[in-house]
Amino acid sequence: MLNSIRLHKGVQLIIGLLIGIVFGFLLQKGGVTQYDVIMGQLLLVDFTVVKVMLTAVVTGMIGVHVLRVAGFASLHPKPGSLGSTAVGGLIFGVGFGLLGYCPGTVAGAAGQGSLDALFGGIVGIVIGAGLFAAVYPRLSETILKKGAFGEMTLPELMRVKPGAAVAVAAAALIALLVVIEKSGI
Amino acid sequence: MERWSPYIVGLGIGVLSCVAFIVSDKPIGCSTAFARTSGMLERLVRGRKVNDKPYYRQFAPVIDWEWMLVAGIVVGAFLSAVLSGTFAVQWLPALWRSSAGDSYTVRWLAALAGGVVMGFGARWAGGCTSGHGISGTLQLAVSGWLAVLSFFAGGIATAMLIYKVIL
Repeated sequence: MLNSIRLHKGVQLIIGLLIGIVFGFLLQKGGVTQYDVIMGQLLLVDFTVVKVMLTAVVTGMIGVHVLRVAGFASLHPKPGSLGSTAVGGLIFGVGFGLLGYCPGTVAGAAGQGSLDALFGGIVGIVIGAGLFAAVYPRLSETILKKGAFGEMTLPELMRVKPGAAVAVAAAALIALLVVIEKSGI
Repeated sequence: MERWSPYIVGLGIGVLSCVAFIVSDKPIGCSTAFARTSGMLERLVRGRKVNDKPYYRQFAPVIDWEWMLVAGIVVGAFLSAVLSGTFAVQWLPALWRSSAGDSYTVRWLAALAGGVVMGFGARWAGGCTSGHGISGTLQLAVSGWLAVLSFFAGGIATAMLIYKVIL
């Protein structure tokens, strides 16, 4: 039953759309489709973005790992390397600070009527992704491979059981959320 | 209600991630949709040989699950804004206007430049704030945690430079 849904292309397109609608609804309700809220986070004066992200991560981390043990989900960690993940991440960050939205929230911002997201951000990200596709052959065997660590997870890196890692990470992230909330930011 | 608690919203996104793993066997992500769009547009101009570019052999320029997800975000945010009565065409964000002035051309050019850098960086890093920042971290992927720390390091430095030094 589950497999026939997962393998049905047309059904998956509709499911993707529905998940996106709920995702966009939640992002907008959380205020994180607003430039001012995202920049408030990057200027370290409004921690809404971090609160949303960390709560989502704690919830999803516990949920997905329970589902995996129960046989309803498989993990799909992305492969990475220092040259790809860290360098690309810093480039992304420069764009993040200049644009004030990310690829998901820029779509939500366009939906709520923010014209800078629609005419600036979305167009820019499409162009930037296309530029990367153009230079990809020159990067793929060089910098993107530097310091490769593959599809490694933190429990594998630290040689602990996934369950223990989830418990420690969840406790640490909740503690961090409590500290943020108590400090009133 | 116009705004929900960030904790309720985060809880909802966490549950939604689980749903995506169950029904689609996929982590939520956004940035490949922009790369596929770019490929589809390039194909309109340059024809089918675009499909043979090494990058598009990995990420075929077609409408897929994630592309529909990004389209859904536009719809969902629109519905949320309309239902809470806050939908409004916004030419300029308030924070930008208070520091950089009333020219929307300047803001749109800055957003365009930011978008180009972000799109380039997202594909360089293999994901964005959703694919790495939420889906990667919740799977405890090393790539996800390294990426999200890099995103915020670069983002905080750039935002501080813009608002504390330049403007």
